[in-house]
Amino acid sequence: MSRIKSVLAALKANNRKALIPYITAGDPHPDYTLGFMHSLVNAGADIIELGVPFSDPMADGPVIQLACERALIHNVSLKDVLEMVRVFRETNTVTPVVLMGYLNPIEMMGYSKFVSAAASVGVDGILVVDLPPEESEDFAGLLRENEMDSIYLIAPTSSDERIKSICEHSSGYVYYVSVKGVTGSGALDHLEVQAKVNHIREQSQVPVGVGFGIKDARSAAEIAKFADGVIVGSVLVNAIADNQRDSAAAQSRLEEIIASMRQAMDEVTSPQV
Amino acid sequence: MSNIFTPEQLKNFPDAKGHFGAYGGQFVSETLMGSLEALEEQYNRLKNDPDFQREFDQDLADYVGRPSPLYFAERLSKEVGGAKIYLKREDLNHTGAHKVNNTIGQALLAKYSGKTRIIAETGAGQHGVATATVAARLGLKCKVFMGSEDVKRQSLNVYRMKLLGAEVCAVESGTKTLKDAMNEAMRDWVTNVDDTFYIIGTVAGPHPYPMLVRDFQAIIGREARRQILEKEGRLPDALVACVGGGSNAIGLFYSFLCDEKVAIYGVEAGGHGVDTGEHAAPLCAGRPGVLHGNRTYLMSDENGQISATHSVSAGLDYPGVGPEHSWLKDTGRANYVSVTDDEALDAFRKLTRVEGIMPALESSHAIAYGMKLAASMDKDKVIIINLSGRGDKDIHTIAGIDGISI
Repeated sequence: MSRIKSVLAALKANNRKALIPYITAGDPHPDYTLGFMHSLVNAGADIIELGVPFSDPMADGPVIQLACERALIHNVSLKDVLEMVRVFRETNTVTPVVLMGYLNPIEMMGYSKFVSAAASVGVDGILVVDLPPEESEDFAGLLRENEMDSIYLIAPTSSDERIKSICEHSSGYVYYVSVKGVTGSGALDHLEVQAKVNHIREQSQVPVGVGFGIKDARSAAEIAKFADGVIVGSVLVNAIADNQRDSAAAQSRLEEIIASMRQAMDEVTSPQV
Repeated sequence: MSNIFTPEQLKNFPDAKGHFGAYGGQFVSETLMGSLEALEEQYNRLKNDPDFQREFDQDLADYVGRPSPLYFAERLSKEVGGAKIYLKREDLNHTGAHKVNNTIGQALLAKYSGKTRIIAETGAGQHGVATATVAARLGLKCKVFMGSEDVKRQSLNVYRMKLLGAEVCAVESGTKTLKDAMNEAMRDWVTNVDDTFYIIGTVAGPHPYPMLVRDFQAIIGREARRQILEKEGRLPDALVACVGGGSNAIGLFYSFLCDEKVAIYGVEAGGHGVDTGEHAAPLCAGRPGVLHGNRTYLMSDENGQISATHSVSAGLDYPGVGPEHSWLKDTGRANYVSVTDDEALDAFRKLTRVEGIMPALESSHAIAYGMKLAASMDKDKVIIINLSGRGDKDIHTIAGIDGISI
């Protein structure tokens, strides 16, 4: 069983939900990323989504665009991101790491070189924002061979037919994009998201993570009531942006946010006795 | 495979998934897949609908002013001293460039699909103006995304768009040029996908855009073919068009792809010279990758980050190119070459002084290469250069280079 599957299964057995933070690798400096990853885990993260910086992040809002720009000042490459995961694995062998990014850096490295490198450093899943299942036959095959999970997005605009097909292609979890828009978009409508997540569940057993628009402990808890995972990105990247020159301050801010979300989520899913 | 296609073969490009060989496709985030599916379905239905076609043809005739003339540039041909040079006068279209052929078509699609809001990206502003124009005519809300660098160098077109009632959004991210405008337009589309139609200005982007923009622009080559047969009683020996995204070029080339004896040249922006790295010539000096929804030749570094481009012409200042051109390059059916900023500027001055026609700086690239090509050919040969747009919008740039402020 993949690391992602076993983490999600263990959480489910305890009636808890996965907290899945996203940060952009190398933002604001490549030396900070490792510390940030450990902080996220210490504060209660279950899975880490690590963003691979890209010059043209079309599906992202200004917060993550700027994070990419900060990382790219230091020329943080896909190779560098893989190296960060390798070093992370020296001290943490339990927390799954999902790389999230855009296709072109992977195209330049070459699919098979990338997938085997990612597998060997201990990456657990890949989410390529601009690679829908229709275009990913070769890539997904390589991931399967290397026992990594393929994570795909489902959007509010996805038809039933597409939801079904995406779930069939997905392993680990599917990422439900809770709002029409880019990352960091405005407030989400919990009831609408809940209805859609229930709808996805009717079609598939794959766990459902919900992301986009989750800004604080309260909205994380709302989502945790019905989703398997809560994905949170822009609010963390903002915290990093606010503390660019002080990695310790950024780290403690990340811990605060994650810890408060963790607590709020656990309160609604496993009532204290 | 021979590099000349049969009409039957051409029907398979793109294939059902939007691929031209290894290129094209649909590389977008999930939120847009439903809209692309719906657009494809609608377009496939309408392209064979006589009412839709009639409306399109009538708009091209009465609103755009088609057919555009095929003009024999006699003095220029004499000066160059080689092949006879014909100019396909897309500069005489309403709004001053070929761009309007496509915006008329896509605006009709928007109308038939009941969308109330139109967005577009623009580089030089020609596509933005052409979009704002059709939006005004149909009474649709219109927002145009334009890199803030381009807003500065194309202020005339910015003002034209505003007069037409469009909102112009200056994009400050990335390199502040066309690619960033396209990123921002995609972000807007993802956010407002229910009521918004995205009019892409070139034969790039996710399927079905490269196909439908090509189909709307193919009127250029259909007319040129008929016109040259009337004037010369034979097909041309060569076609020349500038290639940024490549919509005017594919528009001219498409009707001649099956004609073995017609050589095809696409001219990219060589900027300061392809060997300096400061250019916008992905077919000449780039490699395949994925950007803006399609796989195609791109300018990117070894890590896959998209490179900054340079061209004196804002409309060619783009790191990608339409996937059909990538395919035509690999199959050898078309040749892709580049000319520098300086060569294009010389061509601008030459055509202006010799023929009294002021070409857009984009089209000046085609003129520059077309003159070189004609000079290397015998006097009984014939070439057609696509004069894709007029140069009024570039007067400030030219004056600036001359050290004159106007």
